[in-house]
Amino acid sequence: MRNNPATIASAVFTYGFVGLMAFLSVFPFIWMVLGATNSSIDIIKGRLMPGEALATNIANFFTLVNVPLVFWNSAKVTIFATVLTLAVSSLAGYGFEIFRSRRRENLYRAMLLTLMIPFAALMIPLFIMMGKMGLINTHIAVVLPTIGSAFIVFYFRQSTKAFPSELRDAAKVDGLKEWQIFLYIYVPVMRSTYAAAFIIVFMTAWNNYLWPLIVLQSNETKTITLVISSLASAYYPDYGVVMVGTFLATLPTLTVFFFMQRQFVQGMLGSVK
Amino acid sequence: MVHARRGGIGRYYDVNGWLFVAPALGLIALFMIYPIVWSLWMSFQSGRGMMMKFAGFANIVRLWNDPVFIKALTNTMTYFVVQVPIMILLALVLASLLNNPRLVGRGLIRTAIFLPCVTSLVAYSVLFKGMFALDGIVNSTLEAIGIISSPIPWLTHPFWAKVLVIIAITWRWTGYNMIFYLAALQNIDRSIYEVARIDGVPAWARFTHITIPLLKPVILFTTVISTIGTLQLFDEVYNLTEGKGGPSNATLTLSLYIYNLTFRYMPSFGYAATVSYVIVILVAMLAFLQFFLARERDR
Repeated sequence: MRNNPATIASAVFTYGFVGLMAFLSVFPFIWMVLGATNSSIDIIKGRLMPGEALATNIANFFTLVNVPLVFWNSAKVTIFATVLTLAVSSLAGYGFEIFRSRRRENLYRAMLLTLMIPFAALMIPLFIMMGKMGLINTHIAVVLPTIGSAFIVFYFRQSTKAFPSELRDAAKVDGLKEWQIFLYIYVPVMRSTYAAAFIIVFMTAWNNYLWPLIVLQSNETKTITLVISSLASAYYPDYGVVMVGTFLATLPTLTVFFFMQRQFVQGMLGSVK
Repeated sequence: MVHARRGGIGRYYDVNGWLFVAPALGLIALFMIYPIVWSLWMSFQSGRGMMMKFAGFANIVRLWNDPVFIKALTNTMTYFVVQVPIMILLALVLASLLNNPRLVGRGLIRTAIFLPCVTSLVAYSVLFKGMFALDGIVNSTLEAIGIISSPIPWLTHPFWAKVLVIIAITWRWTGYNMIFYLAALQNIDRSIYEVARIDGVPAWARFTHITIPLLKPVILFTTVISTIGTLQLFDEVYNLTEGKGGPSNATLTLSLYIYNLTFRYMPSFGYAATVSYVIVILVAMLAFLQFFLARERDR
């Protein structure tokens, strides 16, 4: 049974197909890394060998782009967005699940409907709002609209269902106030939920493009994602420089992925059960 | 109970409940609800820049007579109709192949296929633009294998540019969808497959008659997510086509058109808001339709 031709054929097909898909998925990364070592012309001609232009590309990237500033901008936006979103959303997720009331339940359902709102329908009013508040070209304008996230609230609420109520009862007997229970009991117990939510928010904030493209108009405020986009859309883009930039921009998310792979996948899965 | 005053335990709970949820609800109201209502109101206004006046249904009439809008709408729907089924099917096939515990190296393969999810939409679009250049690696490989005899004009031909956008999105999101299916497959009892196999049910029939029906809720969820994502397509097209949606609007999407109407040409906020409501309505309709179809087939 094991070695009949049909079994062998299906094994060949399976490994061939799965292997090809894995290769195609990884290839652009290899191409990016090799590209960073080659000159622009070699990259476009599809040279697939390590070249000698890495130092030149890095030097050119640092001349064209104020690298420390751009990465500082990206880091600033990402850190503020992540910390504030996690704080606000976990408070709300906890609040909705632990303190039940009919009115809040209705609001919660209405909030979930906002998940369907496309960003394109928000960007013009948001842009005018930020203009009126004098926040155009500031990182506050980038972060502010992203903090209230219905999806992350939903994620925390779903995870809070697994939070043992005995812990709350015991803490109340010990005389802890509500905010103390949240801060000293809930937060440490829910570490893995925070980790998974951290990854979602971190990725979204670091990679955010359309909204920063609209509100960040000066070179002093631009994030790395915006810089790569404008480097690559030049009339004659220097692909060596673009590859170095793309590699550096992908490095943080790639690092988070490899160090927190389990939470990464959990975060991506959200709370779909 | 120190905190419970006259209102008793119910009141105590309620005040705390509101305090916990207030920051999130306040922010969502200010930056989601208020703008979405405002842009509905705006879609009935016309004028340039901030000088706006009530225009009734003039913007909706303008939609019908705007060939660029029709083009953007057709393109967006093409991406949706072609790309989402291909990607979901591919993800399902990969998930069921990788669900086999006897597959050697499946952890590594799973990681590889999931890897595109870590890239930003801008980063991978930039990479794809380089790889699919006229004399780039993709064309030269296809020529070397003998699949094509002359290079495909991926970025300059209306048809191939659309194909490129579809290939790119599929590359980025197939692994993401696959992870959902793999998680769901783990909850299915393996013995169902064993019994079917012993009874001589071929692999393809096992896939269509066991896997797909059992995964239906997840498939529905991922379809809705992909629908919402595809209808909002922006980053990829903007970065593959230098922000133009070219060649000659062949890849233009609704989101990109709204962006151009607002920030590239003379700002026309009212009309742009009308176009944005087309996306709102499409998302709502398609999500509803998908839920409805899924329920119908249950009977």
